[in-house]
Amino acid sequence: MDLLNALVAFLNFVFVPAAAYGAQLALGALGVTLIYGILRFSNFAHGDTMAFGTAIVILFTWGFQSLGISLGPLPTALLALVPGIAVTALLVLGVDRVVYRFYRARKSPPIILVMASVGVMFVMNGLTRMLPYIGVNEIRFDDGARFVISVREFRDLTGLTEGLALRSTQLLTVVVAVLVVAALFWFLNRTRSGKAMRAYSDNEDLALLSGIDPERVVRQTWIIAAALMTIAGTLYGLDKSFKAFNYFQILLPIFAAAIVGGLGSPLGAIAGGFIVAFSEVAITYPWVKVAGYLFPDWQPGGLLQLLSTEYKFAVSFIILIVVLLFRPTGLFRGKSV
Amino acid sequence: MSDSDVFGGRGNRDASITNTKGMGTLDGTRRSGPTGPGHAGDPFLIGENMTGGYGKGPDILNNCTISVEKGEIAVIVGPNGAGKSTAMKAIFGMLDLRQGSVRLNGRDITALNPQDRVKAGMGFVPQVNNIFPSMSVEENLEMGAFIRDDDFRGTMEQVYDLFPILRDKRRQAAGELSGGQRQQVAVGRALMTQPQLLMLDEPTAGVSPIVMDELFDRIIEIARTGLPVLMVEQNAQQAMNIADKAYVLVQGANAHTGTGKELMANDEVRRTFLGG
Repeated sequence: MDLLNALVAFLNFVFVPAAAYGAQLALGALGVTLIYGILRFSNFAHGDTMAFGTAIVILFTWGFQSLGISLGPLPTALLALVPGIAVTALLVLGVDRVVYRFYRARKSPPIILVMASVGVMFVMNGLTRMLPYIGVNEIRFDDGARFVISVREFRDLTGLTEGLALRSTQLLTVVVAVLVVAALFWFLNRTRSGKAMRAYSDNEDLALLSGIDPERVVRQTWIIAAALMTIAGTLYGLDKSFKAFNYFQILLPIFAAAIVGGLGSPLGAIAGGFIVAFSEVAITYPWVKVAGYLFPDWQPGGLLQLLSTEYKFAVSFIILIVVLLFRPTGLFRGKSV
Repeated sequence: MSDSDVFGGRGNRDASITNTKGMGTLDGTRRSGPTGPGHAGDPFLIGENMTGGYGKGPDILNNCTISVEKGEIAVIVGPNGAGKSTAMKAIFGMLDLRQGSVRLNGRDITALNPQDRVKAGMGFVPQVNNIFPSMSVEENLEMGAFIRDDDFRGTMEQVYDLFPILRDKRRQAAGELSGGQRQQVAVGRALMTQPQLLMLDEPTAGVSPIVMDELFDRIIEIARTGLPVLMVEQNAQQAMNIADKAYVLVQGANAHTGTGKELMANDEVRRTFLGG
C-alpha cells in the first residue's frame, strides 16, 4: 500500500506536471530546431513570439466567449488557435520580409541573423505588452472542464491516502503535442514540400539547382514555426497561466532542450524537451513525502529538495553546460559541432 | 563581404547558435535575362569566346571556347589553376561572362541563371557538395526530379539499372555512403531531370583507381544512350582515353583541341600534361 502511495505521489507531483511541461518545451524546441536547421540561426525571438501568439489566441478566446461560442469540455482557446496561428504567421512573415530577408539575400553569416533576432525579440517583447487588454499582468484563459480526474475522485475510487489529479489542460497538452509532432514528421518525411525543406537544409546550392525555390522554403518554415510557437505558447498558458515575462524566461529551457537533443534534429528536440522538464521538476521537488512512504522509519532532516524552485532555471543552465562540454552534438547527433 | 569580419567572425564558429553547414554561395535571387536564337551550324552546346572571372576579380577565362556535339564525350583537361572548372561553371552560368556567349540546342542562353539552365536541359554535377547527405538515396533522386511534374519512376528505374548498388542502398542516407557511391548518387540525381546534356566537374576526384574505372565505364554507358557529356578531369590520361573530343586549357585559354587519341599522340601535350 505504501509503495502504491509513493507511486501515486510521484505521479501526481512529478510525472504528470513534468510530462505536460516537457510536451510544451518539446514543441518550443521543435520550432527552434527547425529554424536552426533550415534558416541556419538560433532564433532568440522564439519565446517572445510565443508570447505574442498566445496573446492573440487569448484575444480571440475572449471574442469567441463573448459571442457564446465554446467547445464544451475543451478550452475555447483550442478554437482560437486557428486565427491565432494565422495572425502570428503573418507577423513572422512580415518580420522576415523587413529584417531577415535582407541579410539572407546578401548571404550574411548566420551570427548576424542571430543578433538581428535579439533585436526582434525586444520589439516583439514590447509589441506583446502593448496589445489591448494584454499588458504585463497574469491572465488565466482556460475554460471548459477543469479536471479529467480530481484528487478527491481518485481517493474515493482507489481508497489510497494519496490522490492523483489530472487536469484537463495537462492531458490536452500531451495529446495535442503528440498530434502536432506526428503531423510535422509526416510533413517533413512524406510530402514534396517537406522534403524540399530538408534538401534546402542539407545543401542550399544543390536545392537551388534542383529547382527548389529558396524563398518558398523559407516562407513555409516560418509558417510552420509560427504554428509551433503559437501552439506551444497556448498550451503553456493553459497549463500554467499567461504572463508575457514568463515566455521570455522559458527561452532558456527551450534552448537547453533543443541543444540537449541535438540542434537540427526534430527527434532530439522532443527528447530534449522531456529531459529538461523532468530534470527541472525532479530536482526542485521536495521528495520527503515520497520518501516517507518508501522508508517509513527514516526521518530526514529536511524536505529532500535538491534545489529550491526559484533556482529552476539553473537546472537548464547546468544541463546546457554539461551537454556543450561533453556531447556538443547532442543526444541525437544534431548539426552543431 | 564586410559582414564576415565582425569580431573576427568568432560568432560564426559557435555552432550552438549558428548553422553554417550546407549554406549556399549561389545568389538565388538573380533573375534570368531573355534567351536569343542560336547561330546557324552551331554544335549542340557551345561556350564561345568566353572571357570572365568571379565577381569583380580578374579574368580567369581568356577567349575560351568549348563545344560538345550530340552523343559525344568532351573532356576539359589542363594543369592546376588552368580554369577547367571555371570554364564549366561559365557554361553553367555560375559566373558572369564579360565577353562571349553560351548556346545550347539552337538557343542563346548566356543570360540565364543556373536554375533556369537546368530547366533548359543542362544537368550539372558539382565537384563537391553534390548530394543531400542526410536524405536517403531515393530522396536524393526525387529531389533531382523536383522540376518534373510527370511520373519520374521510370527514370528512377533507369538510374537504378545504371547504378545497381544504389537500388540496394536506396533507403540509406546518402551521406553514409562511400565516396564512389556518393558520386553515383550525384550523377543519378542530375540524370533525374532527363537532361539533354550532362556536365561533370571532376567526377573521379578523391575516389580509388578501381572505382574511377567503374565510374568512367558508367559515363561511357550514359554517353552511348545519346546523351552528350562534358567533363572536367584531373586524371588526364584516362579521360582522354574515353574522350571523343578533348580540350587542353592553359591559363584560361584553349591550348590544344582534338580527339583524345590525337592529343595523346601530340608530343607537346604528352610532355607537359601526361608526364612523358
